[in-house]
Amino acid sequence: MTDLALRREPLDRARLLTLLQEYGVYAGVAVLILANIALTPHFLSTENFRTQAVQVAPVLIVALGMALAIGSEGVDLSVGSVMALSTSLVSLYLGYGVWIALIVAVIGGAVIGVANGSLIAFIGVQPIVATLALMVAGRGIALVLLPQLKDIRDPAMASLGSGALFGIPYLVLIAAGLALAVGFTVRRTTFGRQLLAIGDSRPAAQLAGLPVRRVLILVYVVSGVLAAVAGVLASARLQASDPTSLGTLMELSAITAVVVGGTPLSGGRVRIGGTVAGAVLIQLLTATLIKHDLPPSWTQIAQAVVIVLAVYAARERGKR
Amino acid sequence: MPSVLTVSGLTKVFPGARALDGVDFAAESGEVHALIGENGAGKSTLIKVLTGVYRPDEGEVTYRGKPVRFATPLDAQHAGISTIYQEVNLVPLLSVARNLFLGREPRNRLGLIDFRRMHREAEEALRALGVRVDVGRPLRSLGIGAQQMVALARAVSVDARVVIMDEPTSSLEPREVQTLFGVIRMLRGRGIAVIYVSHRLDELYEICDAVTVLRDGKVVHTGRIAGLDRLRLVSLMLGREMSEVRSEGVTKFTGAHGTGDEPVLQATGLTVRHTLHDVSLSIRPGEVVGLGGLLGSGRSETAKAIAGALPPDAGRVVVAGAAVRTGSTPAAIRAGISLLPEDRKAEGIVPGLSVRENIALAALPGLSRFGLVDEKRIDRIVETFMKRLRIKASGPHQKVGELSGGNQQKVLLARWLAMQPKVLLLDEPTRGIDVGAKAEVQSLIDELAEDGLGVLLISSDPEELVEGSDRVVVLKDGAVVAELTGDGVTEGALLRAIASKGGDDD
Repeated sequence: MTDLALRREPLDRARLLTLLQEYGVYAGVAVLILANIALTPHFLSTENFRTQAVQVAPVLIVALGMALAIGSEGVDLSVGSVMALSTSLVSLYLGYGVWIALIVAVIGGAVIGVANGSLIAFIGVQPIVATLALMVAGRGIALVLLPQLKDIRDPAMASLGSGALFGIPYLVLIAAGLALAVGFTVRRTTFGRQLLAIGDSRPAAQLAGLPVRRVLILVYVVSGVLAAVAGVLASARLQASDPTSLGTLMELSAITAVVVGGTPLSGGRVRIGGTVAGAVLIQLLTATLIKHDLPPSWTQIAQAVVIVLAVYAARERGKR
Repeated sequence: MPSVLTVSGLTKVFPGARALDGVDFAAESGEVHALIGENGAGKSTLIKVLTGVYRPDEGEVTYRGKPVRFATPLDAQHAGISTIYQEVNLVPLLSVARNLFLGREPRNRLGLIDFRRMHREAEEALRALGVRVDVGRPLRSLGIGAQQMVALARAVSVDARVVIMDEPTSSLEPREVQTLFGVIRMLRGRGIAVIYVSHRLDELYEICDAVTVLRDGKVVHTGRIAGLDRLRLVSLMLGREMSEVRSEGVTKFTGAHGTGDEPVLQATGLTVRHTLHDVSLSIRPGEVVGLGGLLGSGRSETAKAIAGALPPDAGRVVVAGAAVRTGSTPAAIRAGISLLPEDRKAEGIVPGLSVRENIALAALPGLSRFGLVDEKRIDRIVETFMKRLRIKASGPHQKVGELSGGNQQKVLLARWLAMQPKVLLLDEPTRGIDVGAKAEVQSLIDELAEDGLGVLLISSDPEELVEGSDRVVVLKDGAVVAELTGDGVTEGALLRAIASKGGDDD
């Protein structure tokens, strides 16, 4: 009897931690929505939901790529700078038409991704160091291309930034489409499976003959491309190219969304649904605090608490 | 004779294993004492207890007549027990002299490092060991041998009474080995106790006075090394007394297999610096070739070099008549070579993924169309192999990390069989798995050979090796020293080959 009683407590604790890591983020989103419905005036309006969704779209798109990088036991710190590079490129090439500008921006993101991935896969630089280098270099290049803020006056870009289909903003549709695509990639493609195996045990993946280098480079290319897309969308919404400030601290918001969403930093697992919810959670948290006239510094503290909680749950669970 | 360091009744338990079980051991001043044993015998645990890394669960350590309990490695070092590890653990960018005096630099009156004195003393200390180097140069500019001498000089200059050397010669050239031995003899002359860990029998007989053999955490022999028969020493290490070698064992192997004529695998002249010297072997379809030898003889390295996981400096690998690019795992796998690695947990399984994903891992590109995974085909393959290999799991979606060792091994076998390989390299396939699973894996190996696969079997268990193999190639210090064929495949012959002196085969 005593033996049973002794064993029961940690088991329940383990289950609690598992639940917290697996579903905590969804519960958090639900709690925030309910609390806001009760406490925040005009929260339950289409307009408000649309604003929140539009604001979360760029972060979410960046977080999707980040989830892949973290799943491969890496990280991509260069995403914010890739957004800056992409806004500079869009602004420079807009004269040739929206599509050309878009394609050039995406190629720019892919090139940064190749550089990140090559440093990591061929030279063996740690992801955090390699992408830190590209984080610094990327914004530098962006500022060389476009030294200061420039307005975007293009009807097509304006429509991309504020238009909607059946009442759903393009930005939100694109973010949702990309989330589905990345989720499908992780679940159903060879690339997705190999990525998870490499993230879980790189030596085993190597001995099993997996194309480790190719997969790693592709991971960072996807992350770079997604960040570039996010940069284009953000510029379209702001109607301006601002390489100085666009995407600053974006890497941290993205990592937060991924980690809060239950993807372990130790690699081997990617949770796209959780990542989406994680991005929404952070967005709602920020919006709630702002609506209630709390200073922005509170948002950062609240974010920090959520991160610590998420990492704690993952770590404690990992011990078992 | 004065014992400077003795242990009695030492026991150290790790979850699931008794690493040390009532070990008695004594190191005498002015004596070189060999400490030997196979993987998992408890050598490194014993050293770690002696140097304060681990604390024993039971038993006593007596040092210079007093019972001691070192809390940290630094305590042991201060007390006069120095350890020189396989990899030199000094600061490569600092100068030789700085490394020698690290943490106890001579100071001048201003409290600054007195470089002139430090360099002078460093030179003297090294010259005393017969090493002449510019002590102002960074340590990393020296060869490994010279770096080891610096580590040794450091160990000696901190007034050591006991010096522990863990495989000090594993990366030394023969000339450097002789210099090292000269230094060891000098230490012995000064009354220092040297504990010497190595698997090179020739070295043990050349430099050591006494020997203690550990096996499964227990001392199985201790005494003078002079007069101890080499064959007996090997049998002690491997746990196979010559008198108890039976004609028929308890393994599940059935015996000889019908073999084809043309070799399916031919490896010639595999050479890896410090590790393999001109190793050649061939396997015919349906044949199980055993690879024998002591720990560190190059067995795993041979398998890895064939499988592309260890790039050889020289040598060729040919599968079914076609040359395979060496140093590339994917190329070796495409050619039909599969390796079941020795370190199953770190290099084999992907613990966080399911049984299903682990089985499908290597074959994935072949089970996909346009990069999309064909789930139905995977399900079929996984079901087939789980049934055929009798993998016990709650289902295909259970995490592999949660399975028993034997079932993990079967999952890995399934992963490779799904690739339809021509050659299977099995590195210690039954280590660390329970008796029942062991028998199953052994009969599986037989079945696979009967199906026409060429199998290379590596095992530290002489009985398993002899009964499982049609032919046994014996390695020693990275070179082939014997090949046992037909009726010559006996445990006695195997042990004799392992114990043979130098390079010659007697």
